[in-house]
Amino acid sequence: MRPFVIRVRLLCFGLLLGFGAVMPGGVSVPAMAAVDAFEFETDEQQRRFRQMSDDFRCPMCQNTSLTGSSGGVAEDLRREIYLMIMDGKTDEEIEQFMLERYGDFIFYRPRLTVETLLLWFGPLLFLVLGGWIILGIIRRAQPMTQEQVALNDEEQQRLKALLDNVKRD
Amino acid sequence: MSRLKLFIPVFVFMVMAVMLWRGLYLDPRTLPSVLIDKPLPDFELPRVEDEALITKADLPDEPFLLNVWGSYCLPCLQENPILMAAKEAGVVPIVGVNYKDKLNLARLWMDDNGSPFDFSIMDADGRLGINLGVYGAPETFIVDGNGVIRYKHIGVIDYKTWDEEIMPALAAVKAEATL
Repeated sequence: MRPFVIRVRLLCFGLLLGFGAVMPGGVSVPAMAAVDAFEFETDEQQRRFRQMSDDFRCPMCQNTSLTGSSGGVAEDLRREIYLMIMDGKTDEEIEQFMLERYGDFIFYRPRLTVETLLLWFGPLLFLVLGGWIILGIIRRAQPMTQEQVALNDEEQQRLKALLDNVKRD
Repeated sequence: MSRLKLFIPVFVFMVMAVMLWRGLYLDPRTLPSVLIDKPLPDFELPRVEDEALITKADLPDEPFLLNVWGSYCLPCLQENPILMAAKEAGVVPIVGVNYKDKLNLARLWMDDNGSPFDFSIMDADGRLGINLGVYGAPETFIVDGNGVIRYKHIGVIDYKTWDEEIMPALAAVKAEATL
Protein backbone atom coordinates (compact mmCIF):
# COMPACT_ATOMS: atom_id res chain seq x y z
CA MET A 1 0.00 0.00 0.00
CA ARG A 2 2.94 2.35 0.55
CA PRO A 3 3.41 3.31 -3.11
CA PHE A 4 -0.21 4.43 -3.26
CA VAL A 5 0.21 6.81 -0.30
CA ILE A 6 3.20 8.35 -1.98
CA ARG A 7 1.27 8.78 -5.19
CA VAL A 8 -1.55 10.63 -3.48
CA ARG A 9 0.95 12.93 -1.82
CA LEU A 10 2.69 13.60 -5.08
CA LEU A 11 -0.64 14.21 -6.76
CA CYS A 12 -1.58 16.84 -4.16
CA PHE A 13 1.80 18.43 -4.59
CA GLY A 14 1.40 18.47 -8.35
CA LEU A 15 -2.06 19.99 -8.11
CA LEU A 16 -0.77 22.66 -5.76
CA LEU A 17 1.98 23.57 -8.18
CA GLY A 18 -0.47 23.71 -11.04
CA PHE A 19 -2.89 25.79 -9.00
CA GLY A 20 -0.17 28.17 -7.91
CA ALA A 21 0.76 28.67 -11.53
CA VAL A 22 -2.72 29.69 -12.54
CA MET A 23 -3.47 31.97 -9.60
CA PRO A 24 -1.26 35.09 -9.85
CA GLY A 25 -2.37 36.11 -13.32
CA GLY A 26 -6.03 35.87 -12.47
CA VAL A 27 -6.16 38.26 -9.55
CA SER A 28 -7.00 41.78 -10.52
CA VAL A 29 -9.31 44.16 -8.75
CA PRO A 30 -11.04 46.65 -11.00
CA ALA A 31 -10.21 50.09 -9.67
CA MET A 32 -12.87 52.69 -9.08
CA ALA A 33 -12.72 55.36 -11.72
CA ALA A 34 -11.71 58.72 -10.36
CA VAL A 35 -13.65 61.68 -11.66
CA ASP A 36 -11.46 63.44 -14.15
CA ALA A 37 -12.21 66.93 -15.34
CA PHE A 38 -10.02 66.64 -18.41
CA GLU A 39 -11.35 67.45 -21.82
CA PHE A 40 -10.15 65.57 -24.84
CA GLU A 41 -10.37 66.35 -28.51
CA THR A 42 -10.88 62.77 -29.62
CA ASP A 43 -12.22 59.57 -28.12
CA GLU A 44 -8.89 57.96 -28.90
CA GLN A 45 -7.09 60.43 -26.63
CA GLN A 46 -9.57 59.69 -23.86
CA ARG A 47 -9.20 55.96 -24.36
CA ARG A 48 -5.40 56.24 -24.14
CA PHE A 49 -5.69 58.36 -21.01
CA ARG A 50 -7.95 55.79 -19.34
CA GLN A 51 -5.71 52.94 -20.42
CA MET A 52 -2.54 54.54 -19.11
CA SER A 53 -4.07 55.72 -15.84
CA ASP A 54 -5.07 52.10 -15.28
CA ASP A 55 -1.69 50.68 -16.22
CA PHE A 56 0.46 52.94 -14.07
CA ARG A 57 0.72 52.27 -10.39
CA CYS A 58 0.35 55.08 -7.89
CA PRO A 59 3.74 55.42 -6.14
CA MET A 60 2.23 56.80 -2.93
CA CYS A 61 -0.82 54.68 -2.22
CA GLN A 62 0.64 51.40 -3.29
CA ASN A 63 -1.53 48.73 -4.89
CA THR A 64 -3.84 51.16 -6.61
CA SER A 65 -3.58 52.42 -10.14
CA LEU A 66 -3.37 56.11 -10.93
CA THR A 67 -7.04 55.92 -11.85
CA GLY A 68 -8.05 54.52 -8.50
CA SER A 69 -5.99 56.82 -6.34
CA SER A 70 -6.88 60.22 -4.99
CA GLY A 71 -3.37 60.74 -3.59
CA GLY A 72 -1.66 64.01 -4.43
CA VAL A 73 1.04 62.52 -6.58
CA ALA A 74 -1.50 60.40 -8.50
CA GLU A 75 -3.48 63.52 -9.37
CA ASP A 76 -0.31 65.19 -10.57
CA LEU A 77 0.70 62.19 -12.64
CA ARG A 78 -2.74 61.99 -14.25
CA ARG A 79 -2.38 65.64 -15.13
CA GLU A 80 1.04 64.99 -16.65
CA ILE A 81 -0.33 62.10 -18.71
CA TYR A 82 -3.17 64.32 -19.89
CA LEU A 83 -0.82 67.12 -20.86
CA MET A 84 1.51 64.75 -22.66
CA ILE A 85 -1.34 63.16 -24.62
CA MET A 86 -2.64 66.58 -25.64
CA ASP A 87 0.92 67.46 -26.55
CA GLY A 88 0.92 64.61 -29.07
CA LYS A 89 3.33 62.35 -27.17
CA THR A 90 3.18 58.64 -27.98
CA ASP A 91 2.44 55.97 -25.39
CA GLU A 92 6.09 54.92 -25.51
CA GLU A 93 7.26 58.45 -24.76
CA ILE A 94 4.91 58.72 -21.80
CA GLU A 95 6.04 55.34 -20.47
CA GLN A 96 9.64 56.48 -20.81
CA PHE A 97 8.80 59.67 -18.87
CA MET A 98 7.38 57.61 -16.00
CA LEU A 99 10.20 55.08 -16.08
CA GLU A 100 12.88 57.76 -15.85
CA ARG A 101 11.31 59.19 -12.73
CA TYR A 102 9.74 56.31 -10.86
CA GLY A 103 11.46 53.23 -12.24
CA ASP A 104 9.94 49.85 -12.95
CA PHE A 105 7.71 50.18 -9.91
CA ILE A 106 5.36 52.48 -11.81
CA PHE A 107 4.31 49.74 -14.22
CA TYR A 108 1.53 47.39 -13.21
CA ARG A 109 2.51 45.42 -16.30
CA PRO A 110 6.26 44.99 -15.81
CA ARG A 111 8.51 45.35 -18.82
CA LEU A 112 10.07 42.19 -20.18
CA THR A 113 13.72 42.38 -19.17
CA VAL A 114 16.26 39.86 -17.94
CA GLU A 115 15.35 40.76 -14.35
CA THR A 116 11.64 40.24 -14.90
CA LEU A 117 11.95 36.98 -16.85
CA LEU A 118 11.16 34.89 -13.80
CA LEU A 119 8.24 37.16 -12.95
CA TRP A 120 6.78 36.71 -16.41
CA PHE A 121 7.49 33.04 -16.97
CA GLY A 122 7.74 31.71 -13.41
CA PRO A 123 4.04 30.77 -13.38
CA LEU A 124 4.45 28.93 -16.68
CA LEU A 125 7.44 27.12 -15.20
CA PHE A 126 5.34 26.01 -12.24
CA LEU A 127 2.52 24.94 -14.53
CA VAL A 128 4.87 22.81 -16.61
CA LEU A 129 6.46 21.34 -13.49
CA GLY A 130 3.08 20.54 -11.96
CA GLY A 131 1.80 19.07 -15.22
CA TRP A 132 4.90 16.95 -15.54
CA ILE A 133 4.49 15.55 -12.04
CA ILE A 134 0.79 14.82 -12.58
CA LEU A 135 1.53 13.17 -15.91
CA GLY A 136 4.15 10.95 -14.27
CA ILE A 137 1.69 9.91 -11.58
CA ILE A 138 -1.02 9.09 -14.10
CA ARG A 139 1.36 7.07 -16.21
CA ARG A 140 2.51 5.05 -13.21
CA ALA A 141 -1.05 4.53 -12.00
CA GLN A 142 -2.03 2.25 -14.95
CA PRO A 143 -4.15 -0.75 -13.83
CA MET A 144 -2.12 -3.97 -13.55
CA THR A 145 -2.59 -6.68 -16.13
CA GLN A 146 -3.86 -10.20 -15.30
CA GLU A 147 -0.35 -11.60 -15.74
CA GLN A 148 1.18 -9.10 -13.30
CA VAL A 149 -1.40 -10.01 -10.71
CA ALA A 150 -1.17 -13.77 -11.23
CA LEU A 151 0.57 -15.81 -8.51
CA ASN A 152 3.37 -18.22 -9.27
CA ASP A 153 3.38 -21.76 -7.95
CA GLU A 154 5.19 -20.92 -4.75
CA GLU A 155 2.82 -18.09 -3.95
CA GLN A 156 -0.15 -20.33 -4.74
CA GLN A 157 1.07 -22.86 -2.18
CA ARG A 158 1.58 -20.19 0.47
CA LEU A 159 -1.92 -18.91 -0.15
CA LYS A 160 -3.32 -22.38 0.11
CA ALA A 161 -1.49 -22.95 3.39
CA LEU A 162 -2.79 -19.68 4.79
CA LEU A 163 -6.35 -20.49 3.79
CA ASP A 164 -6.05 -23.93 5.35
CA ASN A 165 -4.87 -22.30 8.55
CA VAL A 166 -7.90 -20.04 8.60
CA LYS A 167 -10.25 -22.98 8.09
CA ARG A 168 -8.64 -24.95 10.93
CA ASP A 169 -9.09 -22.03 13.33
CA MET B 1 16.75 7.95 -4.47
CA SER B 2 12.99 7.46 -4.38
CA ARG B 3 13.05 8.09 -0.65
CA LEU B 4 14.79 11.39 -1.30
CA LYS B 5 11.85 12.38 -3.46
CA LEU B 6 9.70 12.23 -0.35
CA PHE B 7 11.51 15.27 0.91
CA ILE B 8 10.79 17.45 -2.11
CA PRO B 9 7.68 19.03 -0.53
CA VAL B 10 9.58 19.70 2.69
CA PHE B 11 12.37 21.25 0.71
CA VAL B 12 9.99 23.45 -1.27
CA PHE B 13 8.27 24.45 1.95
CA MET B 14 11.56 25.44 3.53
CA VAL B 15 12.61 27.56 0.55
CA MET B 16 9.25 29.32 0.53
CA ALA B 17 9.24 29.77 4.29
CA VAL B 18 12.64 31.44 4.22
CA MET B 19 11.62 33.76 1.37
CA LEU B 20 8.30 34.70 2.94
CA TRP B 21 9.93 35.21 6.33
CA ARG B 22 12.37 37.62 4.74
CA GLY B 23 9.51 39.26 2.92
CA LEU B 24 7.86 40.09 6.25
CA TYR B 25 10.71 42.42 7.08
CA LEU B 26 11.09 44.17 3.75
CA ASP B 27 9.77 47.71 3.68
CA PRO B 28 7.54 47.98 0.63
CA ARG B 29 7.54 51.77 0.91
CA THR B 30 11.23 52.10 0.15
CA LEU B 31 11.27 52.16 -3.60
CA PRO B 32 14.61 52.18 -5.31
CA SER B 33 15.25 55.57 -6.85
CA VAL B 34 16.18 55.61 -10.50
CA LEU B 35 17.50 59.14 -10.21
CA ILE B 36 20.66 58.34 -8.28
CA ASP B 37 23.69 59.63 -10.22
CA LYS B 38 21.44 61.65 -12.50
CA PRO B 39 21.58 65.45 -12.67
CA LEU B 40 18.87 67.44 -10.94
CA PRO B 41 16.02 68.34 -13.28
CA ASP B 42 15.82 71.91 -14.56
CA PHE B 43 13.30 74.22 -12.96
CA GLU B 44 12.34 77.84 -12.66
CA LEU B 45 10.31 78.37 -9.53
CA PRO B 46 9.74 81.06 -6.91
CA ARG B 47 11.46 81.03 -3.56
CA VAL B 48 9.15 80.68 -0.56
CA GLU B 49 10.99 83.47 1.29
CA ASP B 50 10.65 86.28 -1.27
CA GLU B 51 9.01 84.79 -4.36
CA ALA B 52 12.08 85.55 -6.45
CA LEU B 53 12.39 83.12 -9.38
CA ILE B 54 15.29 80.76 -9.05
CA THR B 55 16.79 78.05 -11.24
CA LYS B 56 19.28 75.24 -10.92
CA ALA B 57 22.10 77.79 -11.23
CA ASP B 58 21.10 79.33 -7.88
CA LEU B 59 21.69 76.11 -5.98
CA PRO B 60 24.83 75.72 -3.84
CA ASP B 61 27.93 74.66 -5.74
CA GLU B 62 29.02 72.39 -2.92
CA PRO B 63 27.32 69.20 -1.70
CA PHE B 64 23.95 69.99 -0.12
CA LEU B 65 20.75 68.39 1.12
CA LEU B 66 17.56 68.84 -0.83
CA ASN B 67 14.69 68.28 1.57
CA VAL B 68 11.14 67.86 0.26
CA TRP B 69 8.70 69.19 2.85
CA GLY B 70 5.23 70.61 3.35
CA SER B 71 3.41 72.42 6.15
CA TYR B 72 0.79 69.62 6.14
CA CYS B 73 3.48 66.98 6.68
CA LEU B 74 3.84 65.75 10.25
CA PRO B 75 7.04 63.73 9.74
CA CYS B 76 8.61 66.94 8.35
CA LEU B 77 7.92 68.62 11.67
CA GLN B 78 9.41 65.59 13.38
CA GLU B 79 12.70 65.80 11.51
CA ASN B 80 12.91 69.61 11.69
CA PRO B 81 14.98 69.74 14.93
CA ILE B 82 17.62 67.51 13.37
CA LEU B 83 17.85 69.67 10.28
CA MET B 84 17.88 72.81 12.44
CA ALA B 85 20.77 71.43 14.47
CA ALA B 86 22.64 70.61 11.27
CA LYS B 87 22.10 74.14 10.02
CA GLU B 88 23.24 75.72 13.26
CA ALA B 89 26.35 73.56 13.31
CA GLY B 90 27.01 74.49 9.70
CA VAL B 91 27.27 70.84 8.70
CA VAL B 92 25.77 71.21 5.25
CA PRO B 93 23.63 73.67 3.31
CA ILE B 94 20.00 72.57 3.16
CA VAL B 95 17.66 73.60 0.38
CA GLY B 96 13.95 72.96 0.81
CA VAL B 97 11.43 71.93 -1.79
CA ASN B 98 8.08 73.11 -0.50
CA TYR B 99 6.02 70.37 -2.14
CA LYS B 100 2.36 70.96 -3.06
CA ASP B 101 1.85 73.52 -0.33
CA LYS B 102 0.36 76.99 0.00
CA LEU B 103 2.69 79.95 0.27
CA ASN B 104 1.12 81.47 3.38
CA LEU B 105 0.99 78.10 5.17
CA ALA B 106 4.60 77.37 4.27
CA ARG B 107 5.73 80.75 5.65
CA LEU B 108 3.66 80.29 8.78
CA TRP B 109 5.23 76.86 9.31
CA MET B 110 8.73 78.32 9.00
CA ASP B 111 7.88 81.13 11.42
CA ASP B 112 6.46 78.70 13.95
CA ASN B 113 9.03 75.93 13.76
CA GLY B 114 12.11 77.62 12.37
CA SER B 115 13.55 77.13 8.93
CA PRO B 116 16.59 74.90 8.52
CA PHE B 117 16.77 75.89 4.86
CA ASP B 118 19.08 78.29 3.09
CA PHE B 119 15.97 78.84 1.05
CA SER B 120 12.97 76.83 -0.09
CA ILE B 121 11.82 76.26 -3.65
CA MET B 122 8.07 76.57 -4.02
CA ASP B 123 6.74 73.60 -5.97
CA ALA B 124 3.03 74.33 -5.67
CA ASP B 125 1.82 72.08 -8.48
CA GLY B 126 4.23 69.24 -7.69
CA ARG B 127 5.92 69.33 -11.08
CA LEU B 128 9.46 69.53 -9.76
CA GLY B 129 8.44 66.75 -7.39
CA ILE B 130 7.46 64.53 -10.30
CA ASN B 131 10.73 65.25 -12.06
CA LEU B 132 12.49 64.24 -8.85
CA GLY B 133 10.47 61.04 -8.61
CA VAL B 134 8.97 62.25 -5.33
CA TYR B 135 5.81 60.59 -4.08
CA GLY B 136 5.31 62.24 -0.76
CA ALA B 137 7.05 64.47 1.77
CA PRO B 138 9.43 64.08 3.45
CA GLU B 139 12.12 62.91 1.09
CA THR B 140 15.73 64.00 1.26
CA PHE B 141 18.33 64.00 -1.50
CA ILE B 142 22.05 64.48 -1.25
CA VAL B 143 23.19 66.50 -4.25
CA ASP B 144 26.86 66.95 -5.05
CA GLY B 145 28.62 70.14 -6.15
CA ASN B 146 27.92 69.38 -9.80
CA GLY B 147 24.18 69.19 -9.25
CA VAL B 148 24.07 65.40 -9.48
CA ILE B 149 21.77 63.44 -7.16
CA ARG B 150 23.88 61.04 -5.13
CA TYR B 151 21.61 59.68 -2.44
CA LYS B 152 17.96 59.59 -1.56
CA HIS B 153 16.26 58.98 1.74
CA ILE B 154 12.52 58.40 1.75
CA GLY B 155 10.53 59.23 4.86
CA VAL B 156 11.40 60.88 8.14
CA ILE B 157 15.01 61.40 9.21
CA ASP B 158 15.56 60.42 12.82
CA TYR B 159 18.82 60.59 14.75
CA LYS B 160 19.67 57.02 13.78
CA THR B 161 19.14 57.69 10.07
CA TRP B 162 21.04 60.94 10.32
CA ASP B 163 24.05 59.29 11.98
CA GLU B 164 24.05 56.02 10.11
CA GLU B 165 22.84 56.95 6.64
CA ILE B 166 22.86 60.65 5.85
CA MET B 167 26.19 61.59 7.45
CA PRO B 168 28.22 58.71 5.94
CA ALA B 169 26.69 59.29 2.52
CA LEU B 170 27.36 63.01 2.79
CA ALA B 171 30.93 62.39 3.96
CA ALA B 172 31.53 60.16 0.94
CA VAL B 173 30.24 62.80 -1.46
CA LYS B 174 32.28 65.51 0.27
CA ALA B 175 35.44 63.42 0.28
CA GLU B 176 35.07 62.92 -3.42
CA ALA B 177 34.64 66.64 -4.00
CA THR B 178 37.96 67.49 -2.35
CA LEU B 179 39.96 65.03 -4.45
